[in-house]
Amino acid sequence: MKILVAVKRAIDYNVKARPKADGSGVELANVKMAMNPFDEIAVEEAIRLQEAGKAGEIVAVSIGPAASQETLRTAMAMGADRGVLVQTDDEVQPLAVAKLLKAIVEREQPGMVILGKQAIDDDSNQTGQMLAGLLGWAQGTFACNVAPEGDSLAVKREVDGGLQSIKLKMPAVVTADLRLNEPRYVKLPNIMKAKKKPLDTLTPAELGVDITPRLKLLKVAEPPARAGGVKVADVQELVAKLRNEAKVI
Amino acid sequence: MTALVIAEHNNQTLNAATLNAAAAAARLSGGFDVLVAGHNCGAVATQAAAIAGVGKVLVADAAQYAHALAENLAPLVVSIAGGYSHLLTASTANGKNAMPRIAAMLDVAQLSDIIGVVSDDTFVRPIYAGNVLATVQSTDRIKAITVRTTGFDAIAATGGTGTIENIAVQADAGLSTFVSEELTKSSRPELAAADIIVSGGRGVGSAENFAIIEKLADLLGAAVGASRAAVDAGYVPNDYQVGQTGKCVAPTLYVAVGISGAIQHLAGMKDSKVIVAINKDEEAPIFQVADYGLVGDLFKEVPALCEALAK
Repeated sequence: MKILVAVKRAIDYNVKARPKADGSGVELANVKMAMNPFDEIAVEEAIRLQEAGKAGEIVAVSIGPAASQETLRTAMAMGADRGVLVQTDDEVQPLAVAKLLKAIVEREQPGMVILGKQAIDDDSNQTGQMLAGLLGWAQGTFACNVAPEGDSLAVKREVDGGLQSIKLKMPAVVTADLRLNEPRYVKLPNIMKAKKKPLDTLTPAELGVDITPRLKLLKVAEPPARAGGVKVADVQELVAKLRNEAKVI
Repeated sequence: MTALVIAEHNNQTLNAATLNAAAAAARLSGGFDVLVAGHNCGAVATQAAAIAGVGKVLVADAAQYAHALAENLAPLVVSIAGGYSHLLTASTANGKNAMPRIAAMLDVAQLSDIIGVVSDDTFVRPIYAGNVLATVQSTDRIKAITVRTTGFDAIAATGGTGTIENIAVQADAGLSTFVSEELTKSSRPELAAADIIVSGGRGVGSAENFAIIEKLADLLGAAVGASRAAVDAGYVPNDYQVGQTGKCVAPTLYVAVGISGAIQHLAGMKDSKVIVAINKDEEAPIFQVADYGLVGDLFKEVPALCEALAK
């Protein structure tokens, strides 16, 4: 079974994003970028399935500017076999990403697609579900455990009240939650090896997909800042403040 | 045109998050209906019909809707979506699972996690872990929306006079089956709806030590939450996680114990009315958002706080 893994180049998770001064977008000049952390978990899961003899080739796909090649190289250094970049400098919203991935799925015919459950930049949490809807496939979102069982897939999901187990017909789309696995560190020799792995570049036009945004960003702003608080000396002062000043207990 | 709110429920009780989603729908110009898809869910339909301002309550009652599987829910919503200008659901696990599938099948974009309604086509939503608020306009004929519950005060659960109407169900898509669920049992308030929350982080150190967090929570009548670090370490179950990718909460009082305050955690709790932080590291970022900060050893301060509260 071939596995397709989608990876996004996103802001590094340690960086605090800020709006541009004119409110037209988020300041990303000279900001550290990295693979979306949830996508790292997705790549790791694909590799573990391959190591367990449950998956064949792993193809990593990324959509974005030329710099997204780095993200694909990281996925290949982790263990993906080859990369496909759908290169564009235009904004690509989740619906368009899902359509591009669908076009790749039709070319590659994988048995499973694994993605991160959400990207930490736009926080949409949409792409995997949209892809499954476009393909008419089953979806195992927010997965914390994935187990292929013949022609079906057992998925354990993190839901509001705890955990849910479902069984999906294959092929299926899986989106990775935090506790699916802990991604491996990439070793230097593997980074060197990844440079030699095949990486194909396509364009949205070659895939016949219209990526025109449906949502117009009118402005961005910083949320209202919390007024600075005070330090209390001890629990007596804390309880007094909560009772008499904040009046919340 | 009318908006459609997809109800969140467990076939017996309407989940309170639906009232927040309905509150967002009520801010639109065309009124709203509610869809209750479930199995033996008549009681939920009755509760939905009492939501203030509701028009119709559409009921799809069949076994394939018992567990809100997206593969079955999405075609049902798509079959009736043509009559609506907006589709809304709360940003619950079920809502986040189903709505993008619905949107893609309708070839429309989704607006995730809105916290404000500017007009019928323009909404405010947090991005980048809530560090940026984006005002976004949709150009699609149908707006598919998930609603962050903390962004809208719940609409009244009573006083409505909705008319209940059964709608045609669709066959089971045959793509997915529910197997089982392990739900965390607790006598404490639900995290998403709690008035007071006490959360523990890595500093708590172990699952056993979480008992001191629980004791404080019980004294305050609070729900128990946790940072990602505490969940990853196995101190508490996953559904306790507060943060960018866990639950977003905005209680009256949030007590963060042994939590350093990573961006991702702050994203899930910084809209709380009053924040208390107890941490031994006075440089911890949590103190930058805390109204009241107590620098000290949580193993000494929390028991002392319990004692002071009991007085």
